[in-house]
Amino acid sequence: MTAVAPVTALRGRHLLSIADLSPAEITLILDTADAMKEVGERTIKKVPALRGRTIVNLFFEPSTRTRTSFEIAEKRLSADTLSLAVSTSSVVKGETLLDTVDNIEAMSPDMLVVRHASSGACQQLARRCRSRIVNAGDGMHEHPTQALLDAYTMRQRKGRIDGLQVAIVGDLAHSRVLRSNLLLLRKMGASIRVTAPRPLIPAGIEALGATPCRTIEEAVDGADVVMMLRIQLERMQTLFLPSLREYFALFGLTADRMALARPDAIVMHPGPMNRGVEIASEVADGPQAVILEQVANGVAVRMAVLYLLAGGSED
Amino acid sequence: MHYILRNGRVVDPAHGRDGQFDVEVRDGVIVRVGTTLAAADGVTVLHVPPGCVVTPGLIDMHVHLREPGQEHKETVASGAAAAVAGGFTAVACMPNTAPVNDSAAVTRYILDQAAAANLARVYPIGAASVGSKGEQLAEIGELKAAGCVAVSDDGHPIRTALLMRRVLEYAGMLDVLVIDHCEDPTLKGDGVVHEGAVASELGLRGIPGEAEELWVERDITLAGLTRSPVHIAHLSTAGSLRAVRAGKARGIAVTCEVMPHHFVLTDEALRGYDTNTKMNPPLRGSADLEEMLRGLADGSIDVIATDHAPHHADEKALSYDQAPFGITGLETAVSLTLDRLVHAGVIGLSRMVELLSANPARILKVPGGALAEGAPADITVLAPDLPVTVRAAAMRSLSRNMPFEGWQLRGGVAATIVGGRLVYRNTAVEALAGWLA
Repeated sequence: MTAVAPVTALRGRHLLSIADLSPAEITLILDTADAMKEVGERTIKKVPALRGRTIVNLFFEPSTRTRTSFEIAEKRLSADTLSLAVSTSSVVKGETLLDTVDNIEAMSPDMLVVRHASSGACQQLARRCRSRIVNAGDGMHEHPTQALLDAYTMRQRKGRIDGLQVAIVGDLAHSRVLRSNLLLLRKMGASIRVTAPRPLIPAGIEALGATPCRTIEEAVDGADVVMMLRIQLERMQTLFLPSLREYFALFGLTADRMALARPDAIVMHPGPMNRGVEIASEVADGPQAVILEQVANGVAVRMAVLYLLAGGSED
Repeated sequence: MHYILRNGRVVDPAHGRDGQFDVEVRDGVIVRVGTTLAAADGVTVLHVPPGCVVTPGLIDMHVHLREPGQEHKETVASGAAAAVAGGFTAVACMPNTAPVNDSAAVTRYILDQAAAANLARVYPIGAASVGSKGEQLAEIGELKAAGCVAVSDDGHPIRTALLMRRVLEYAGMLDVLVIDHCEDPTLKGDGVVHEGAVASELGLRGIPGEAEELWVERDITLAGLTRSPVHIAHLSTAGSLRAVRAGKARGIAVTCEVMPHHFVLTDEALRGYDTNTKMNPPLRGSADLEEMLRGLADGSIDVIATDHAPHHADEKALSYDQAPFGITGLETAVSLTLDRLVHAGVIGLSRMVELLSANPARILKVPGGALAEGAPADITVLAPDLPVTVRAAAMRSLSRNMPFEGWQLRGGVAATIVGGRLVYRNTAVEALAGWLA
């Protein structure tokens, strides 16, 4: 059992990368999410924890579920929130990323939740901004709150993360979800196997702490958790995969393949799913799937993150 | 103007000199190099401060001066000022201006601007193909007649082996050096950094070292076929250097240059996403860096050049994948070389002068590279023990894009003399206060 950090451990910090969190801080976030989850089960789903705080959701890249999840989390904490889909406003007029954020900052928000198509964009902003920044996905780099909600879901279902055997299957090369999960799962003591068609395996994957497998069967064998990553159809062109049909034949998660995992294994997916491409509907809708629980847990975990970064009284 | 640089340590490998000598300069020309030269009436004696080193003027054979067309990044005048502040008496500037230097008109414009600035010598490099588009041979004869010292499509690799062959044959016929930017664009794809574990961790698209190596091999093979010399620009990988060594061993006329950032930094510097760590070729892995050090020491690398690539701060303020490739280098090269190579024991001063002066002069067939009697007095005075703190704000270049801000280095430039004229004097070297500017 990992030690838990004091509740003030994250106050005033950014959440840019899982790399910045200690195991104790991760445990603090997950424990806090337990309390936040209870708020979401009440009739009046609202606490005053962030009353009077302003949070701006800056989405430089289209997003439905992450943005919705953050918005609901912010509203349940009573923050004043505003969501901007920046890709459709000033950026197309030639304003730089930093200028856009300077303009938002001039209006004194307390926190910015940022999604951007370029890896590292949140770190670049954090060097410039007074506001605390929560990385809601930067390019192919990281998506820390997704890894936290995945960890929360694993802990909820399996009672622990330490010692779990996790198989991750799909577009490893372009996935920020993968990178955040590798960092988090290693810190928390899980072991990780990954598999994908060779063109989708990033160079040096072993150095990131994952054991690559040649087949999905090898990766899934004996796993406690099978995490499927989305195949981003728009990115595949013709150079990564010959066809989605062949991808499903070689790497799709079918009931037969799932039978190789432990009988109590769970199936996860960060969404949105491509049924019949990375996962068969019978598995996605089957009893081992926890995909909708992940979505539900996402709100509680994001409430925990926002609360721990921005909550408490100003000193 | 008639003066004697008195009793400095003169390092001039072309003449096998490394010791205390006097250098006498009259009317812009070196008239004598010797010991205890008598100073006749009217001859000024300039005492070289203890610890300073007198070398042939340094020559940077790979810079981007951005003029014409991108004067917000650099001009010929600002680039020439940066050059002399960095100890360079001459630079060779790449043709990727707007318009591209593929005509005598552009070449003459650059030379006119350089003459007006009257600081470093500026040697234009002409385009190898029209517009550097890789389709049709440029008028290399006209470019040479106008003053170009080499041809290159730098920034745009010469795309087909057939055109590269024709460029080598045609330029070789005219005794014009071909410099190639080696990178297979079809393998590079949309990569922005060196492919490897760091790129994978940071989620940045990789460029494998093999994209460079494939074309280094191609160019060496074609240099063999055409029996024309080829110079490999900004070599950055161990595999490329292996290919160059093998080519030289086969008797092929191949030479190569490396940039200071490739023997000082690795892709570890990318952490933090500072866009001033983004250049092409990218910062490589530590095994590549180690091989660069070996090649600098063993002679298989011919030249240190900077690939000085100024970009405006607004352009570098973009996200990492969007920001332009390139960093400035003219004003940091000497300090990085002294600190990381000479003081680190990788090379001696004599080898440093070969890499930064004698070899570029020989490869480009331009004057200089030696303190020869009767030659123009292009002289650099180094202060190898001067403590230097790198500050972009203090630089002469119009642009500030470099990843060495705040670095503390041992060694710098004391003074730069072009054609006998003192064009730069470092105010941090107090013993030079009496030298006339």
